[in-house]
Amino acid sequence: MSQIRIIFKRELAAYFSTPLAFVFIVIFQLLSGAFTFYLGNFFARGQADLASFFSFHPWLYLFLIPAISMRLWAEERSSGSIELLLCLPLTLWQATLGKFLAAWTFSAIALALTFPIWITVNYLGQPDNGAIVTAYLGSLLLAGGFMAIGVCISAATRNQVIAFIITIVVCFLFLLSGFGLVLDVLHGWLPQLIVDTVASFSFLTHFQALSKGVIDLRDIVFFAVLIASWLYASTIVLNLKKAD
Amino acid sequence: MIKTENLTRRYGDLVAVDSLSITVEPGEVLGFLGPNGAGKTTTMRMIAGFIAPSSGTVSVCGHSLTANPVAAQACMGYLPEGAPGYDEMTVQGFLRFIADIRGLSGDFRRSRMGDVIERLHLAPVLRQRLETLSKGFRRRVGLAQAIIHDPQVLILDEPTDGLDPNQKQEVRQLIQDMAADKIIVISTHILEEVDAVCNRVMIIARGRLLADDTPDGLIARSRYHNAVSLSLVTGSVDEIKNDIAALPRVASVELDQATGRVTAFPAGDQPLLPDISRLASDKNWNLKELHLESGRMEEVFRSITTGHSA
Repeated sequence: MSQIRIIFKRELAAYFSTPLAFVFIVIFQLLSGAFTFYLGNFFARGQADLASFFSFHPWLYLFLIPAISMRLWAEERSSGSIELLLCLPLTLWQATLGKFLAAWTFSAIALALTFPIWITVNYLGQPDNGAIVTAYLGSLLLAGGFMAIGVCISAATRNQVIAFIITIVVCFLFLLSGFGLVLDVLHGWLPQLIVDTVASFSFLTHFQALSKGVIDLRDIVFFAVLIASWLYASTIVLNLKKAD
Repeated sequence: MIKTENLTRRYGDLVAVDSLSITVEPGEVLGFLGPNGAGKTTTMRMIAGFIAPSSGTVSVCGHSLTANPVAAQACMGYLPEGAPGYDEMTVQGFLRFIADIRGLSGDFRRSRMGDVIERLHLAPVLRQRLETLSKGFRRRVGLAQAIIHDPQVLILDEPTDGLDPNQKQEVRQLIQDMAADKIIVISTHILEEVDAVCNRVMIIARGRLLADDTPDGLIARSRYHNAVSLSLVTGSVDEIKNDIAALPRVASVELDQATGRVTAFPAGDQPLLPDISRLASDKNWNLKELHLESGRMEEVFRSITTGHSA
């Protein structure tokens, strides 16, 4: 356990030791604000909720989470420090989990810093704060799902740009797997059971329920299992091609 | 103790390390010699637990690297090739991170930190980021992290690469100071280094172990071992070459045209020097130099790794 904590600490500090952290946090705040007020018509809707805020999170995360996750293993590979790290007395699993938790915490910090919008909506009306907390939880889980995918893809390459782009593509497929764009390709040549399974993987479907304030244990379990599976896959990828 | 049995690593069709079985005991400083691509780094990576063997086993301090890698890695310090580190960290932050992962705490941690900083002269750069360090300091930070927990087994892949001659000397001294009750394995291209710090040498090429000896034993394999070289201030070298060749225990005589140096190779184990110095005083040669060759590591290395007998 303590090894995970040590890796976590180092990785989180690594974000804040470069301008990346500040650039990321500022851009996240700017974009989430711009989407909420301009595209989401926060004021014009005349409702005391944060639906217009949360509905853009999947699209924001689609580009911003891969920017956080891309360095996690790819940087270790290209600098060679992976050899140092993996010859220290810790398991691959501890290293992977520590890195993931650090990156996830970093995205949680960015998310937490959007609290002024919560204050704003409470100032303007009487929103259902329970629903807002649930939506924040959903947003955090969504970020975690994207991050776990990013960890795995970062583990497979030494090039951060490749990790960034492929993570976006994979996240995009997961995001929309319940929609026509993905399902139409599968219909017709795959059995309905598989098409339904693919559809059930849609991040968007699972996130939308939570963002409306509905806590369904299945949605939470979905994200938890998904994160665990991608992290497990990362350790397999690392084991297979550590030294490449 | 380090023990490998039939250690083999393949990359596709390429056999990087081929059935290597070695045992290294405490007190030994083992030097891995070999041409580039011989399998030195791959072997060290398998011992350190970075890559898994394709077949065969390796254990360190009695712990198998496949069954219980964390226990084996805990008793070992490792300097990977090129001394990688985390560029954005300061030297102090980096060493603290390693000390944390190594589970050091309290007074022991404080004294170990102080010890490695002093031994490797890191005090002036403690607050610098690794990315700003010179090659020499970088290498020393790499050495510091490898020895911070005072490990029983030390694996150093080219520890003096990129250091200037003074720094090389310091690192050699450091290795010698630690050598008494530890196992130290170093790989190097520098042949004098082996002579300076190692008490055991292995030469590997194309993944195979070709020689396992002491540095003196290896040098004794040289054609030049016990040979005598001399050169003249004035006089005919061809004439003395013939005179020396006529001596009973001389196997052959060679003349280096460029330097005018004559080298006589002995026929048996008997030293030639007394015979030749007697001959020189009898004939009143005007000698510039006359010395006994101990052997040439380079020549042994070349002959072993290229497959010609020494």
